[in-house]
Amino acid sequence: MENVNFLYDLLGRNIISVVLVISLPLMFVLVYALVAILAELKVSAWIQERLGPMRTGPWGIMQPIAEVVKLIQKEDITPDKSSKLLYNLAPFIIFTGAYAAFAVIPFSEYFVPAGINLGLFYIFAVGSISAIGIVMGGWASNNKYSLMGAMRSVAQLISYEVPAAMAVLSIVVLASTMNMQEINKLQTGWFWNWFIFGGPGTLAKIWVIPFTLGLGLIYFISSLAETNRVPFDIPEGESELVAGFHTEYGGMKFAMFFFAEYANMFVVAAVLTTIFLGGWNSPFNTFMQGPFWGVFWFVSKAFSVVLVQIWIRWTLPRFRVDQLMYIGWKVLLPLSFICFMAISLFVMLK
Amino acid sequence: MSDKKRLDLEYSQLESDRMRINVGPQHPSTHGVLRLEVEVEGEIVTEVVPHLGYLHRCFEKHCEKMTYPQVLPYIDRLDYISAMNNEWPYVMALEKLMDIKVPDKVEYIRVIMAELNRIANHQIAVATFGLDAGAFTPFLFFFRDREYIIWILEKMSGARLLYNYFRVGGLAADVYPGFKEDCLNIVKQVRKTNAEVMDLLIYNKIFIQRSANVGILMPDVAINFACSGPVLRGSGVKYDLRKDEPYSIYDRFDFDIPVGTGEVGVVGDCWNRNIVRVYEMEQSCRIIEQAVAQMPDEGDVKALVPKRIRPPKGEVYMRAENPKGDLGFYIVSNGTDKPERIKARGSSFVNLSVIPEISKGYMFADLILILGSIDIVLGEVDR
Repeated sequence: MENVNFLYDLLGRNIISVVLVISLPLMFVLVYALVAILAELKVSAWIQERLGPMRTGPWGIMQPIAEVVKLIQKEDITPDKSSKLLYNLAPFIIFTGAYAAFAVIPFSEYFVPAGINLGLFYIFAVGSISAIGIVMGGWASNNKYSLMGAMRSVAQLISYEVPAAMAVLSIVVLASTMNMQEINKLQTGWFWNWFIFGGPGTLAKIWVIPFTLGLGLIYFISSLAETNRVPFDIPEGESELVAGFHTEYGGMKFAMFFFAEYANMFVVAAVLTTIFLGGWNSPFNTFMQGPFWGVFWFVSKAFSVVLVQIWIRWTLPRFRVDQLMYIGWKVLLPLSFICFMAISLFVMLK
Repeated sequence: MSDKKRLDLEYSQLESDRMRINVGPQHPSTHGVLRLEVEVEGEIVTEVVPHLGYLHRCFEKHCEKMTYPQVLPYIDRLDYISAMNNEWPYVMALEKLMDIKVPDKVEYIRVIMAELNRIANHQIAVATFGLDAGAFTPFLFFFRDREYIIWILEKMSGARLLYNYFRVGGLAADVYPGFKEDCLNIVKQVRKTNAEVMDLLIYNKIFIQRSANVGILMPDVAINFACSGPVLRGSGVKYDLRKDEPYSIYDRFDFDIPVGTGEVGVVGDCWNRNIVRVYEMEQSCRIIEQAVAQMPDEGDVKALVPKRIRPPKGEVYMRAENPKGDLGFYIVSNGTDKPERIKARGSSFVNLSVIPEISKGYMFADLILILGSIDIVLGEVDR
């Protein structure tokens, strides 16, 4: 089935519409990153009984812009003995990896930049690009902290991609498609049609509900690790590694890392929303259902997930690197595999 | 060609790389300007060498050129987190030398000040320990409370951090109206926050996983290294100068000495060293409550302060239980108004010396936690 894209319908398939389709997510990422940074500042402040930034604009809402302006103004430093090309390339590669994932994220019924049939597969493929960028940045900085941070980060990314992929794969088995738009369409209706509640179907699906709930949790935990968020922020663990792989970066290049981190947070939240929380579907059947409301539901669901990530960051301490590996390989992977088997069995018997 | 041959030979003998990392002096987690030279094999620490002296300011030599009251502000700057406690052994030593018996009211105010400052110190210690483990929020909870304590100390002495409040034979100023209520309020607040942090941090599963069974300091090792304070008590040794060698009026109060019990992990690990501080805050609260109830209202805190401090010839050693351990001052007087020699025995310096002993074989991230659990202040290490 052909994916509907309102821009192509409106303008036809020409260069302008293609550029628009490509740049719309970029606009969204930039605005979203500013909002997310503000949310991080303000949520942390509320958790810690502070006010947070209050001077820039009303209630400090201009603070992220001020920070970006500050970072742009900074001198662009390349360490003396670094590997110049790799050092300068790394932030862009990381951001590319984060941004490329937006290509298949369905924002609405009528808007997905590229509705390819292997959407989920593609997200995992481009998600791994950031690992390359991290190694490049960490190694090229010629700093021992950066190197250690990069090594840890890659080990972490690779380990946690397995349970995350397992979780997604189980839903693919249940939905029997990898097209994210199709998965969304399957979940139309009331919120119990969402895949976290077993997906659409008869009452027999009650057998898979515990497994899908567990998978949602497993995917969320793995996604925290993949985006280097607390309690898995070991690559950037500032108490031992100063700032991890981006210790030597400053100014705009640091801002790129920063943007990439927030973009990545949104990507994993978007995947979680799409495959578990119904994507752009309204939770209440036809109430507020539609192409425009779809954007609203999608963004608010994904942003809620981002807020939970922020909330966790300001509550929990950090794991140690071996404990992180233990959780990844010995807890999450077997559990996700059990869920996968159970769901496969259910689909076979259905 | 010959180079290649040599390389081929060496490939068979390659061992996994050991890396020497320089932690500090400008590292966020060394709690000051401490420099640790760490050798790691992958993530495992194989050797730690602390390098001191980045904050050395010739305290002991400097004292010989100053009169006794002029030394006092420098003593504040040893362990600047608990300046009130620092001043105490110094003035007590001089009082012993000059044979001054300070009035009761002064003693009570000193106890309250010292215990308030002990709470403030332990709050920072537990907060930064949590911060080393990655928990940011308890850090700010503690700092919020510490602010109230500092307000009391500021109202009493006029300074927020370096008080210069104790005097030989008395105090710089009397209590302000409403002092007792302030003290009781802060006790309530401290207990409330401690209960909150117990849930949020101390018994958090991740925090226990991180800090229990890490950096185990056996009691005999701790005694051999002359550790003191919470570091020693975390290893299960019940040793506190306030009980074992009661100075001032500590024999009048009813309080316990918390020790590491191995409730979580084993006795002497980071978690137990840390929990001792939390329990000690509660004990300090008890002492403050009793002291406030018993404190006499009448009396002049400056009545016995001598106009000129000119102790008789002789030497004296006086020590007191600082929040971080024993702090002792050895003073040699030659009969003039300047000391012949002042030697400070700082607990941070002594406690720091166990780091190489207890951090080998743990992971690099653990080393930071071990350092945090020792709770050093570089002002006292380097002096």
